[in-house]
Amino acid sequence: MTVFALIIINKAGGLIYNRTFYEGGLNNLTTNDYLVLAGTFHGVHAITARLNPVPIPGANRNSASSAGTMTRPETPSGLEVLESENFRLQCFTTLTGIKFLLFTDTTQTNVDLTMRRVYEMYTDYVMKNPFYQLEMPVRCDMFERKLLSYIREINNR
Amino acid sequence: MSQPRPPNGPSGAGTNPSVVLPKETSSSHNTTLRYPSNGKTIYHRHLSRSKTAELSQASFAYLFSEMVTYAQRRVTGIQDLEKRLNTQGHPLGLKLLDLLLIREPPRSQSRPLNIITLLHFIKINLWQHLFGRQADRLEKSSDPNALDEYMIIDNEPLVNAYVSVPKEMSQLNCAAFVAGIIEGVCDGAVFPAKVTAHSVGSKEEGEMWPGRTVFLVKFQDEVLEREALIGKG
Repeated sequence: MTVFALIIINKAGGLIYNRTFYEGGLNNLTTNDYLVLAGTFHGVHAITARLNPVPIPGANRNSASSAGTMTRPETPSGLEVLESENFRLQCFTTLTGIKFLLFTDTTQTNVDLTMRRVYEMYTDYVMKNPFYQLEMPVRCDMFERKLLSYIREINNR
Repeated sequence: MSQPRPPNGPSGAGTNPSVVLPKETSSSHNTTLRYPSNGKTIYHRHLSRSKTAELSQASFAYLFSEMVTYAQRRVTGIQDLEKRLNTQGHPLGLKLLDLLLIREPPRSQSRPLNIITLLHFIKINLWQHLFGRQADRLEKSSDPNALDEYMIIDNEPLVNAYVSVPKEMSQLNCAAFVAGIIEGVCDGAVFPAKVTAHSVGSKEEGEMWPGRTVFLVKFQDEVLEREALIGKG
């Protein structure tokens, strides 16, 4: 049970954070490859989000307003999990379009919980940091420190 | 952080907290001052009312983040930025001194009259009010050339809870804002002083508290002169 790596992709498909926690889980890629991976995943995710839900014929704006409340359909989540023989990639998209990709062992449990905690740390130590500029690469000591100690705790369990 | 809450109706939850302009002011001159519809402003409220009120740390973190961003505009350097943060805190200190003293029981309502009581007031009352706990340590400078310097030490300042200072600005400590509040309290009590915030997290025992901050209080000469005279008499 190991968490291998974390990648954060901004809403334009740019790589803003990339950290490997466990040596030997995944092959090391060059920075350029990681950038390509982020961009490609972003594209594939956008396409999968369009595949479904299929629009229901006959359901138009009138029926929505006649219901009395403005209901917005849930945004399609797109690609969530990608699994191979040796690793599992879980993707979490925030409401603002930031993607968190967590690479783990195939037997890893409670990835949702881990993801949630990572997201919480991001909102605390990145978003509340006065020196962070939106959409730019994440360089926050505090985030790094808390993230590493949290993942180390999981990996040593 | 316990700070006064926004104005609410006098009887609590049931009343409408909406705010409107009184007729006479809106017709006579264009003022942007707004008053609650029941005419009761924050000044009508009892001073002890929000004594135990608390504020969400997240909302404070966002506000403080914006304050730092605001102070960062058009600054010439890190010292200038710290000066601006200090200036933002100063008026708070002046007001908090009065507020906290008036909330004391009548017997201990007098303002601090010597350096030690003033520093204890800051370490205990001010810290308790602002951060919900006392400051971690109070020290006097051991350097014989700097007898006018005192140190208030906080292991993890609340204002820095989510702040990561970039490497190129490593001199900066955003707790300069708190230093400004302390300076305001000292000035208000007529102990004029310069207060600065310094990070000491990376030194000796800093491993455990990477955010440890020392507030260096440097009193002006006349304060020490007066202190010596009082000591004699």
